[in-house]
Amino acid sequence: MELTQLSIREAHNLLTTKKISSVELTQAMLDRIHEVDKKVKSYVTVTDDLALEQAKQADERIAKGENVTPLTGIPFSMKDCISTRGVRTTCSSKILENYVPQYNATVTNKLAEAGAVLLGKTNMDEFGMGSSCENSAFFNTHNPWDLERVPGGSSGGSAAAMSASLATFTIGEDTGGSVRMPAGFCNVTGIKPTYGRVSRYGLIALVSSFDSIGPMTRDAYDCATVLEHIAGHDPHDSTTYQLPVPNYTKDINKPVKGMKLGIPKEYFVAGMEAGVESALQEAIRQFEKLGMEIHEVSLPHTKYALPVYYLLLFAEASANLARMDGTRFGLSVSENAKDVIDIYLQTRREGFGEEVKRRIMLGAYALSAGYYDAYYLKAQKVRTLLRRDFETALASCDLLLAPTCPTTAFKLGEKTSDPLEMYLSDIYVVATNPAGVPALALPCGFSKDMPVGMQLIGKHLDESTLFQVAHAYQQVTDWHKQLPPI
Amino acid sequence: MTQTIDTKTVKHVAFLVRLGISEEEAQKFSGQFSSIIDYFNMLNEVDTENVPPASDIANAENVLREDEVKPSMSREEFLKNAPQSERGYVKVPTVLGDE
Repeated sequence: MELTQLSIREAHNLLTTKKISSVELTQAMLDRIHEVDKKVKSYVTVTDDLALEQAKQADERIAKGENVTPLTGIPFSMKDCISTRGVRTTCSSKILENYVPQYNATVTNKLAEAGAVLLGKTNMDEFGMGSSCENSAFFNTHNPWDLERVPGGSSGGSAAAMSASLATFTIGEDTGGSVRMPAGFCNVTGIKPTYGRVSRYGLIALVSSFDSIGPMTRDAYDCATVLEHIAGHDPHDSTTYQLPVPNYTKDINKPVKGMKLGIPKEYFVAGMEAGVESALQEAIRQFEKLGMEIHEVSLPHTKYALPVYYLLLFAEASANLARMDGTRFGLSVSENAKDVIDIYLQTRREGFGEEVKRRIMLGAYALSAGYYDAYYLKAQKVRTLLRRDFETALASCDLLLAPTCPTTAFKLGEKTSDPLEMYLSDIYVVATNPAGVPALALPCGFSKDMPVGMQLIGKHLDESTLFQVAHAYQQVTDWHKQLPPI
Repeated sequence: MTQTIDTKTVKHVAFLVRLGISEEEAQKFSGQFSSIIDYFNMLNEVDTENVPPASDIANAENVLREDEVKPSMSREEFLKNAPQSERGYVKVPTVLGDE
């Protein structure tokens, strides 16, 4: 039995039957992190002492049999854009390199209350801006399946840590594919929940109307377990739903026979790698064998999803990042500053990486007088059409199936010189965020020895169906059980 | 329609977002911005006559609460992250000068 490779429920069974302790499990994870993460580079900060302290407390909880949850004593890692009190939270940016939050995100609090053990914070593209983790201001993260390739982004550290068995689960964040795209590249299961299902309080905002925190795990069952614990209404985030959180794991074995699976024809077009296409086709046959009905559907505005997504991202991000100004927290470059504007100019020049600079400037451009109607307003109108596309397609189907990326993981450095080409790798994952619908990514095969991911897209607040279908698929396939040779 | 975004415009938007940039950076961004904005112009193909702009994602209702005083982060705790502070305030150079 390899402790680091356990699923959440396997570890939970061993913990509650006292076959292992959380301290043993946590120590095994920390040992592996210190050995293997030299090559993968998925962690920005490892919290050894805190983790072992939390593990000890979890063991006491289990010994007393009080308030034991499925996550009690389970070690996890968190994307470094989610605030952790007393633990450096950097967004992989120089401007927040030494920033230590004085408060916890709601998600951090919920996981601590459940008794989960924080191993550390994982690398990401700076402020979530990127598709490969190469925009981290600190270092590149490597894909555990091939160290010369990227893990995807922006939650690349979370995906790589999960894939390389450097945590029993990880928490990612998805603004436009940032959970699903790296999940696909690294052979991990991950969900972008419905916007408003998980509180954003304490998440350092990229696009406030898109950002969705979601778990990345070994399989759909574990994903459902974690979401149950982090979802729900939060008075600190008025965009969260007041509705109760369903018991996703209780319903996960419900039969999928007779469910209608929509295949959006716009997602299966030229440009997809042959091995990705054949893996997806094989998955469709597998869903048919499970008794699901397959229907072709249309999302006619698909090609406009990318410009809508990026325009709105640029605009919202330029406003959200205004708070990084060198006066109240974070990096401050004040030498020879004759007024406060000089501090802003100098701090942001030194503190932000190139992609962040590009995006906040483009955001200001798209919002500026004379261009607002042509870009920002136009994008918000086309966003309405994108939402209607999903509403129409999901009126006749229970859920939709799409790839997570046209290719498998690309090589480090392959797309860094052309920003637009990098943006195009997000083509299949961005549309869901402007529409707000949930989407779950899961492994569906390999192309030239690299993992291929697919995503199931559901109706608003219908994560249950996504978990049921993904779980049914994972009962008859073992792609998700394949581990990288590291 | 090809739109060029010249270095003067780049420097203008850089100042709008309070970002210091060099001449070389302005030149590099000028070329990149022109091709990115050009790509975005594909939205002009879409007929949005009578289409309202999206204004919310899902929760259409306004959320109100009582305006009650509750304990929050102490001033001392808050100032731990401030680069410079004095007598309980964040300290910065002149905001409104008289020069």
